[in-house]
Amino acid sequence: MKERTVQLEVLRYNPDTDTEAHFQRYEVVCQEEWVVLDALNKVKADIDPTLNYRWSCHMAVCGSCGMMINGEPKLSCHAFLRDYEGVIRVEPLTHFPVERDLVTAPDDFMEKLKRVKPYVIGKMKPIEEGEHRQTPAQLMKFRQYSMCINCMLCYAACPEYGLTPHFVGPAALTLAHRYNLDSRDEGRKERMEVVATKEGVWECTFVGACSEVCPAHVDPASALQQLKIVGSIDWIVEHLLPGGKS
Amino acid sequence: MSRRPLIREVPPTSWFFRHPRYLRYMAREITCIFVGAYCVLLVVALQRLAAGPEAWAGFLQGLRSADSIVFHLLALAAALYHAGTWFNATQKAMPLQVGENFVPGNVISGAHYVVWVVLSLAILFFAGVF
Amino acid sequence: MAKSHKPVVWFPFAAGGTVIAFFIPVIVVLTFMAALGHVPAGLSYEKLHAFASCGLGKLAIFGVVALSLWSSAHRLRCTCYDFGLRADTLAATVLYLAAIAGSVAAAAFLLRI
Repeated sequence: MKERTVQLEVLRYNPDTDTEAHFQRYEVVCQEEWVVLDALNKVKADIDPTLNYRWSCHMAVCGSCGMMINGEPKLSCHAFLRDYEGVIRVEPLTHFPVERDLVTAPDDFMEKLKRVKPYVIGKMKPIEEGEHRQTPAQLMKFRQYSMCINCMLCYAACPEYGLTPHFVGPAALTLAHRYNLDSRDEGRKERMEVVATKEGVWECTFVGACSEVCPAHVDPASALQQLKIVGSIDWIVEHLLPGGKS
Repeated sequence: MSRRPLIREVPPTSWFFRHPRYLRYMAREITCIFVGAYCVLLVVALQRLAAGPEAWAGFLQGLRSADSIVFHLLALAAALYHAGTWFNATQKAMPLQVGENFVPGNVISGAHYVVWVVLSLAILFFAGVF
Repeated sequence: MAKSHKPVVWFPFAAGGTVIAFFIPVIVVLTFMAALGHVPAGLSYEKLHAFASCGLGKLAIFGVVALSLWSSAHRLRCTCYDFGLRADTLAATVLYLAAIAGSVAAAAFLLRI
């Protein structure tokens, strides 16, 4: 197993003592097959135990370790050292406030996830009647959009979220679409009250960066374009057709 | 220990230099300037056409300047880049489910390209280009 | 917040973007040929005037011009915002009015043919 000396340039911020962030360079000996997260763990274990960052599964399913690596939003457990040359710049996810070092404050994202009512609404039936049945085709209709791991890379990539922080954002809107497409759900109209607002899907200009950085291949950009079409048809029905207003 | 989160400002007029994908996005958006300008030219053309054969001949003659040729090259590049990015995007907006699976996105976009080529050739044919 | 009326401007933008994609490149090629000195037969006064004289021709030309103008105006409005121009209402008003003015002019000229 070959070793490689890696230089990391890591953003540091201590809310107790700092007014601004600064960069700190670490030099650490790594195995060549490691990911950036492994390098950070080695830094924390051997060099600087005060370095703060989130991580958990180390296999790109939990969504905890999102950060900017050389300016690109990535999961640090999914960023292989072999793909990088020279000094690797590690920063917290863009567009989120920094709590400490590489740890961001995800409060805004959490609130937006809840706002879109991400649960099956309606079609309640007593337990005795058995479970909701769903064909494989009905499942496939929304399955791709259910794969989101809430890693927030799409929010870091989305320039409209950066320019307009009240934008509900790619992941939350995609989650709304996932439930709209679920055959067990009847809550589309309720969700469209959040989705079809100015800060909902209409803030999106289809940059497509969200889908490019998504590690779970959710393709949020496609969900948002479909929501625009749904929203437009809704508007026509509500405002132009007789008896449209429900 | 209290929270004192640090806010990092986004540069509002230079954010798109941060990554090539944002530059590509801006290039796509900028095509609207040239396409829009070309549409203005079309409106002018309609005025000349309505004004009679001498006015129309004057319009066609006026097209033959160096500026016009440069403008047409830019407009053509813009229109082509718009068309390519638009057709590639259609597969995102209109998923087609057949049974359990989805029609591959390339097929949906590809169909648009085919229609575009056929339509363009038809228009060129009826315009007497060949 | 209440649901937005964005579809009013977005739907014609989407229609116009489709029209631009399918029709504008070949039309640019036609006038480009004229610019290079080889006027296609279809751009002669007689042929084009005949095409624009019939109702369907007028509708087709108006549809292409009006939707393309609107789509370009909407995209430019969004681009102004992306370039840091925060006066979105002003940009929207100016650009949509310009598109409408161009479309009205196109209609007026077509009706004279």
